[in-house]
Amino acid sequence: MPTELDFEKPIAELQGKIAELKSFMEKNGLDLHGELRKLEERLEELTETTYANLTAWQRVQLARQIGRPTTLDYIKGICDEFLELHGDRHFADDPTIVGGIGLVAGHPITVIGHQKGRDTKENIRRNFGMANPEGYRKALRLMRQAEKFGRPVVFFIDTPGAYAGMSAEERGQSVAIAENLLEMSGLRTPTISIVTGEGGSGGALGLGITDRIFMLDYAWYSVIAPESAAAILWKDSKLGPKAAEVMRLTAADLLDLGIVDGVIAEPRGGAQKDPKAMVQSVREKVVATLRELSQIPIDELLAARYHKYRDMGEYIERQ
Amino acid sequence: MLKDLFYRRRQYATLGTAAEPKPVQKPPEVVERDVPKGLVQKCEACGNLLMAKELQKHVYTCPECNFHFRVDARTRVELTLDTGTFIELDAGITSTNPLGFPEYESKLAKAQSATGMVEGALTGRGEIDGMPVLMAVMDPGFMMGSMGAAVGEKLTRAMERACVERKPLILFTASGGARMQEAILSLMQMAKTSVALRRMHDSGVLFVSVITHPTTGGVSASFASLGDIIIAEPGAMFGFAGRRVVEQTMRQKLPDDFQTAEFNLKHGMVDKVVHRKQMRDALAAIVRIHTARGWADAD
Repeated sequence: MPTELDFEKPIAELQGKIAELKSFMEKNGLDLHGELRKLEERLEELTETTYANLTAWQRVQLARQIGRPTTLDYIKGICDEFLELHGDRHFADDPTIVGGIGLVAGHPITVIGHQKGRDTKENIRRNFGMANPEGYRKALRLMRQAEKFGRPVVFFIDTPGAYAGMSAEERGQSVAIAENLLEMSGLRTPTISIVTGEGGSGGALGLGITDRIFMLDYAWYSVIAPESAAAILWKDSKLGPKAAEVMRLTAADLLDLGIVDGVIAEPRGGAQKDPKAMVQSVREKVVATLRELSQIPIDELLAARYHKYRDMGEYIERQ
Repeated sequence: MLKDLFYRRRQYATLGTAAEPKPVQKPPEVVERDVPKGLVQKCEACGNLLMAKELQKHVYTCPECNFHFRVDARTRVELTLDTGTFIELDAGITSTNPLGFPEYESKLAKAQSATGMVEGALTGRGEIDGMPVLMAVMDPGFMMGSMGAAVGEKLTRAMERACVERKPLILFTASGGARMQEAILSLMQMAKTSVALRRMHDSGVLFVSVITHPTTGGVSASFASLGDIIIAEPGAMFGFAGRRVVEQTMRQKLPDDFQTAEFNLKHGMVDKVVHRKQMRDALAAIVRIHTARGWADAD
């Protein structure tokens, strides 16, 4: 079960009080429906204001909640049938990046995404969503395969960042990500990426140069996790909340900055509150977008992909 | 000794008496020296004292231990291209503060006055051994060589020019990675340079990346690793995550040569480690091979 975050505690307390009152009413055969209604109204109001006024840091915390649908959950909910494929054909199969082929609404697609664990045990096996070079190389292999067969690719992004370990460095974490950037820039098939939770740094971008990018409402996407940014900028990782506020990393920020093409609404309080509804909205977005992209000639799509990324960032030019 | 190779890099070469007066780069922590600044430089690796003239003669490397001093972008151009051939392009491109990030403007101003550059990359046209090339150099002294939108734009234009003019691009990297103050926009400079590089690759234009100390993070995980040929300077640190970060992840001591150019050569990540004294010749050879007439055009 997902545990509530600090700022959600007042809501949980109120929910507890309501449950208490209900059982008290039942036990004693009392009619306190007036009281109950008042509490329920207060709960509704509190819940609404809490989630309508989330700070950037609160969103970061929500994006990390256990119980949010993971890539495999989306795959299961989106695909009529799906076959997971394994291995980079060079070294290993990285459990942190999953991928495979399937049918959506009767049409073939390739799906690739970061996979976090749904509990601690699985999280350890999935390395907490921090992929190794072989994960990016598996992704590369599956992208090329998709291109060969003319299947669009849907990427799910959910990583705090690529793995920063000795073995990852020895096996070329940098070049593994870099080669994906190059490949995605010119992949001759329509591509979509969806940031479903954390979009951390190059590890996220390594699956993220696509014709369309969407973000879930509570997801974050930036150059680095806010705690790490704080450690670099102010030598104190505890200042993560402060960094989150200045980094402009929320879905609304990225839409505003023109980095993402759309925000997919989440159930109030986050995807973990109603995974089924979340998966369904994502499915609708994927189907609609693939229908749209598949009507565009591939050279046009590639030209548009080039210009979209070519124009990112602001600078001044003095003569 | 190898350990020294790693922890030595706090200072910059002072170029006070070099042929052309240049702004001297000094991070504030560089102070105690018992000799006049600029005249004598101490090797950070072996402690050897070098006269500025001598240092210049040895292209800013230590004749005793081969330690490569950090050089700024303009010096790099002088060391690499034929004298007088460099024409700077896009010199007026500079950063703005699109996210309103605190203290960004003051940090930029500080970097500008410390380096005499308006941005962290220098780009232009020039010749190497008489062969025309496009050249781009990241300056390690400008906000740690970090890449924001201005650097991204300058490098992207150099790549686009290389395609149009069908000239090789030689890019010297030195970067702590993406520039924090531009957050997601700086991350997207990796994407921007990658789409430009994709066009270079598709049009068959040569891209040589030269790794200088240090090249990490977003720069390492994009164009630095995408050269048709990747050359590294001896001792240059080249890797995705910084040494400290990896040490924290691993909770163990890393080998002394971890992420050095030599380590990368051993693990197959670079084509060659080339001493600064041979760099110009190595680059000229690469360009020559790529511009020679093909067999189909043989007499």
